Amino acid sequence: MAALTDRPGMNGCAAASAPRTLVLGIGNVLWADEGFGVRAVERLHEEWEMPAGVTLMDGGTQGLYLLHHIEACEALIVFDAVDYGLAPGEMRLVGDDEVPAFLGVKKMSLHQTGFQEVIATARLKGWEPRRMLLIGVQPEELEDYGGGLRPVVAARLEEAVACAVEELRRLGHAPQRRAGRPQQPLSAPAITRQSYEAGRPSAEDACRFGDARFLALVSGGKG
Amino acid sequence: MVVQTPNGFTLDNSGRRVVVDPVTRIEGHMRCEVNLDENNVIRNAVSTGTMWRGLEVILKGRDPRDAWAFTERICGVCTGTHALTSVRAVEDALGITIPENANSIRNLMQLALEIHDHVVHFYHLHALDWVNPVNALKADPKATSELQQAVSPSHPLSSPGYFRDVQNRLKKFVESGQLGLFKNGYWTNPAYKLPPEADLMAVTHYLEALDLQKEIVKIHTIFGGKNPHPNWLVGGVPCPINVDGTGAVGAINMERLNLVRSIIDMTMEFNRNVYIPDVKAIGSFYKTWLHGGGLSSQACLAYGDIPERANDFSAENLHLPRGAIINGNLDEVHDVDLRDPEQIREYVDHSWYEYDRPGISLHPWEGETRPRYELGPNAKGTKTNIVELDEGGKYSWIKAPRWRGHAMEVGPLARYIVGYAKGHERIREQVDGFLRDLELPFEAIFSTLGRTAARALESLYCCELQQHFFEKLVTNIRNGDTNTANIEKWDPKTWPKEAKGVGQTEAPRGALGHWIVIKDGRIENYQCVVPTTWNGSPRDPAGNIGAFEASLMNTPVERAEEPVEILRTIHSFDPCLACSTHVMSPDGEELARVKVR
Repeated sequence: MAALTDRPGMNGCAAASAPRTLVLGIGNVLWADEGFGVRAVERLHEEWEMPAGVTLMDGGTQGLYLLHHIEACEALIVFDAVDYGLAPGEMRLVGDDEVPAFLGVKKMSLHQTGFQEVIATARLKGWEPRRMLLIGVQPEELEDYGGGLRPVVAARLEEAVACAVEELRRLGHAPQRRAGRPQQPLSAPAITRQSYEAGRPSAEDACRFGDARFLALVSGGKG
Repeated sequence: MVVQTPNGFTLDNSGRRVVVDPVTRIEGHMRCEVNLDENNVIRNAVSTGTMWRGLEVILKGRDPRDAWAFTERICGVCTGTHALTSVRAVEDALGITIPENANSIRNLMQLALEIHDHVVHFYHLHALDWVNPVNALKADPKATSELQQAVSPSHPLSSPGYFRDVQNRLKKFVESGQLGLFKNGYWTNPAYKLPPEADLMAVTHYLEALDLQKEIVKIHTIFGGKNPHPNWLVGGVPCPINVDGTGAVGAINMERLNLVRSIIDMTMEFNRNVYIPDVKAIGSFYKTWLHGGGLSSQACLAYGDIPERANDFSAENLHLPRGAIINGNLDEVHDVDLRDPEQIREYVDHSWYEYDRPGISLHPWEGETRPRYELGPNAKGTKTNIVELDEGGKYSWIKAPRWRGHAMEVGPLARYIVGYAKGHERIREQVDGFLRDLELPFEAIFSTLGRTAARALESLYCCELQQHFFEKLVTNIRNGDTNTANIEKWDPKTWPKEAKGVGQTEAPRGALGHWIVIKDGRIENYQCVVPTTWNGSPRDPAGNIGAFEASLMNTPVERAEEPVEILRTIHSFDPCLACSTHVMSPDGEELARVKVR
């Protein structure tokens, strides 16, 4: 499931004051480091079991489709690739009212414009979150269609996950480290990071430098 | 220079050039350039963009049964439609048939997506081309209430107090500086023609639409197991049916079916009592603004969708019509065959790709995606900072698909014109009724307003089809058929060594096709021709302009630096690139920023 909410009572009750929390990874996994947000929430799901009151979601580039999930939460943690103008791989946390601005400074991708708008729309409808936190990493490569995370960005996944866990604890939740693998992956198995990156055809096979059939036609005497 | 195009437009690029350009780098880059004559009328139009660079780059060598999960990620708004088109392509290639229940459920999901997209597009993205939310602050709530009761007596939310509340909320929002979605408008432009009360009514319905849209997507959650990114399955649908079940994970039981029924009813009510009356009310203030028809009066294309019986894609089995109209001849509707190498072919002479020689075209099964980025000799600026494009050379990342050599418009208006021409009863009734209510002649449908109206009418028709397929599904289940998937050919060992197939749908914004070639159980080639490739296409070697370009021709612009009219018409296509755009003055200086989708 893209949205996994653990059943109430599975890990005991969350602290009475802990806000309903949505941890959202956004971005497009097909565009290299643009997938950071989705990969971070995927990793969080693989390593940590969430208590009642916490929802993990692979939001992709869904924009308005995410509105009702956002309206339903009292605290929102967002993972995303953000152009802060920093060195590639640098991570920065931004809180509360600053979040929308950072999701719109440089419109690196359509979902960022879209997501800023989703937040504005939720606000117009009266949504007043107790807490917003953006865990963003400066991407290195966005232009590689079909590519995975670059090492400098992938290296931040662990830290990003740790930041989210720390924030969840601060909010009064008690995530537990998993003993084994989760029963269900967060996204369709074919596009989880490992299958996606391992299954990518080589540049030659996928004609990323030109189309082999065309080249064959030329060498076949057409040119 | 004045040029006559084969598809009937006179292009004159001698006047001053206005550039509307986005900055989005990732999923789409759409830019428009127009030349205005001394009276500010558009005499030449150039549309350029990038969709994505060939899905084969990603899918080659992968398992065809997984392709939907990748295509679902292509973009943020057509998620389910791409997934459905993908599983249909694989099923077609491998000769896999799906059970009737799966057909009904897929139709319910696809229809939910159509309606969701149409409603959200109108209220969230397109309304601001017609509606002025700042003006809504000046409205008298009591007069708004009277207007509401006049345009839609059945809609219960119509008291003066209700509108006053919304107005106060809007005021507070504007004053707090969170103008957000409303901030990029030209709110003093005379191109806006509504009285404040109509503006307030429309803004109020925008908020109601937001509440509705989250209900509509629950249909995806129920049948697709999750939202966003519902699950799809080659051979059927992934949800089992267990009507007596009380909570088996993912299974469809009576409780869930009842929820689907209530969502369908709620959606129907909104379409009937809010969306259609709003489009009529807004249309009545713009009925003299009938620009933007472009290709719609002469060349329309629809692949058709929503099969009544499973596995039958013949035209007579499809509720959304299929056909092609060319040369403006509505008396003759040609059938469309996505497999025929003579019909759909893509040119790249004015696109940033190359084939083995200029002037040739390829059918998508043979499709190639080999980039070649170069500007024409008369372009201004550099490759990294284009000031002005040269439409005489290569100028777009979009290929130029043609149907038997013709540039075509796709989308709700094209579907409705094809349906009308074929004598589709419900479509005729809807179109005639709409035009009668606005006292407009038939030709008025060939316009930006017609495009916006066709989308609303189609949304209501999709609600009716949802009711039909819901009843069909329930009846079938009652009769004891709970089959939702055919897994006979799930194992790749049962597949032929080589196979090719095509998947077709009518996405909200138009005809969508995926062409797949499978070899030794793996994907060998995969090509998508998406609706915005048709509508946003650049010129072809014969000089035919594409649908966006044609739609802008001969439109007067009130203020060149605030081209509301350009945005209104481009938005009316519901292009599949949500990109932020900049409006550039002729000397390249940024003037304003607007939203284009």
